[in-house]
Amino acid sequence: MSAALFEYTLRLGDDALIDGQRLSEWCGHGPFLEEDVGVANTALDLIGRARLLLAYAGTVEGKGRGEDDLAYTRDEREWRNVLITELPRGDFAFTTVRQFLLDAFNRQLYERLCLSLDATLAGIAGRAVKESEYHLRHTGEWVLRLGDGTRESNRRAQRALDDLWPYTAELFESDPVQEQMEAQGIAPATASLRAAWLHTVEPPLRSAQLMIPGNTWPQTGGRQGMHSEHMGFLLAEMQFVQRAYPGQAW
Amino acid sequence: MGKTNQHLPLWEVFIRSKRGLDHKHVGSLHAADAEQAMQYARDTYTRRSEGCSIWIVRSADIHASQAEDSASFFDPADDKVYRHPTFYDIPEDLKI
Amino acid sequence: MPDDYRRTLIRQISQHAHSEVVGQLPEGNWITRAPTLRRKAILLAKVQDEAGHGLYLYSAAETLGASREEMLDQLLSGKAKYASIFNYATLSWADVGAIGWLVDGAAIVNQISLCRTSYGPYARAMVRICKEESFHQRQGYEIMMTLARGSKEQRAMAQDALNRWWWPTLMMFGPHDAESYHSQQSMHWKIKRQSNDELRQKFVNQTVPQADFLGLAIPDPELEWNEERGHYHFGEIDWEEFSRVIAGKGPMSRDRLEARRRAHEEGGWVREAALAYAEKQGTRAAA
Repeated sequence: MSAALFEYTLRLGDDALIDGQRLSEWCGHGPFLEEDVGVANTALDLIGRARLLLAYAGTVEGKGRGEDDLAYTRDEREWRNVLITELPRGDFAFTTVRQFLLDAFNRQLYERLCLSLDATLAGIAGRAVKESEYHLRHTGEWVLRLGDGTRESNRRAQRALDDLWPYTAELFESDPVQEQMEAQGIAPATASLRAAWLHTVEPPLRSAQLMIPGNTWPQTGGRQGMHSEHMGFLLAEMQFVQRAYPGQAW
Repeated sequence: MGKTNQHLPLWEVFIRSKRGLDHKHVGSLHAADAEQAMQYARDTYTRRSEGCSIWIVRSADIHASQAEDSASFFDPADDKVYRHPTFYDIPEDLKI
Repeated sequence: MPDDYRRTLIRQISQHAHSEVVGQLPEGNWITRAPTLRRKAILLAKVQDEAGHGLYLYSAAETLGASREEMLDQLLSGKAKYASIFNYATLSWADVGAIGWLVDGAAIVNQISLCRTSYGPYARAMVRICKEESFHQRQGYEIMMTLARGSKEQRAMAQDALNRWWWPTLMMFGPHDAESYHSQQSMHWKIKRQSNDELRQKFVNQTVPQADFLGLAIPDPELEWNEERGHYHFGEIDWEEFSRVIAGKGPMSRDRLEARRRAHEEGGWVREAALAYAEKQGTRAAA
């Protein structure tokens, strides 16, 4: 097996699953019924994506672990998602701005992953890029409305952006796993990804009268399994049934 | 800020299920503007691949015929049987 | 359209819509804890369908001149009724199975009958809902099957869920025909096409063999096949509990309304922002 490919696929899968898990918390609690339906669509896409990626990670690893083994029996230090995905859902502005930043990233990432030399990842990316393009349209339009809506919505959206921005650095981090994947033509280069991402998020943020905070420091650690204190609670909730009754079929 | 407006307007949704078919009214939804109405129409009314094209229109922009007009609107068409092909007696074996 | 007919329809359709919307909550309670990713996706899709169904039904009621705001106000102020079943708590994963199997099963029996209701937009919404809901009951039964074939703890979990959901499910069909004022009125208008007791009996008849197949016991000592009448005889519902829960004194009544109120109140600034933006765009386009 390729340890780096396993690690890389796990990162993609964990990002999708933890993001989807947080988003699914909105189901039934959105600001109006139509948005309940909309947000559930995005969460469903993300969970579907996570299933494909984690199943593939299990195959690459070759130890017989499936999507559910990886999702339900790993402890906190073994999770590889970026920190931004695990932060509590906050208010609608926080969720929306986070999702917008991630959708823009995923849109760029998966477009490039369609060209991956790993055929399975390229196949998954083909589906993911269409989904993320729609997600980005949805959250991009919301960012405009929140930023350029009322004084209160602007204040909330700006606060969310200020809080979230330091976490975006982690999306473009490089390390030996990333470098190896780039060298093998499996993953796109992070540097070009960052430029494309900035190019995607800056114009709508500007139109929405939202200011990208300067002078921030990068919040990172997720890729190494160094998570925030929120992660343990998220896992406790998500894994509860499997932990309480280990080894059963559900 | 006093009591501000939080009521999203109503939109009617029309879906074309397949190319070559007409758009058909499927229901309504609430949204602040056309872009969001379009997205919610997609999210709500095409979750199971029901469509390939969507129209949305503000419900307030629809003008409907009135029930009390229906006698004068529609009854006069009833006695114009000559508009229908079955009105004409043509030998059956002819292809017309 | 006669005023009484319109009022009766608005009451029934909006109650039905509220039930779908509140109905998101008990199962939604388990989305973040679903024990496999497949189950999580299915449950999320199902709860989303319920939001969609609420939307179709509000939409049908709006064709009668009732606005979404009025209907929502009625729900949030506690004036409007919704299906009492959703005032019970989901305490284990098996409850998600039991709700799909029993509650959706009962709902389908009701709703299939409503596909022939006399008001077109309501009938069309019901046709769409029935089509979409056919997977809801099946996924619930599949969960119950998996548990019934599982470990001792899983079987106990399934039996416990059946014990708790059986009677509230039978209550979903409403009071006995003789005691249901609204029901008689609705039958007369052909809004309702079959009586409460008829539908309840139909549900029991179809569900008993399903429970047998699972090897689970229906918690009713009086339950037995009546050869002569060709149906199952079953025990009397606890009508005191029925009235109590309808009156808003169910185990989760307060929490359900509170959750809906909170979502609506916390969403206020979001709706305001969307409207403010739309207005600005309109002004910009006109300028």
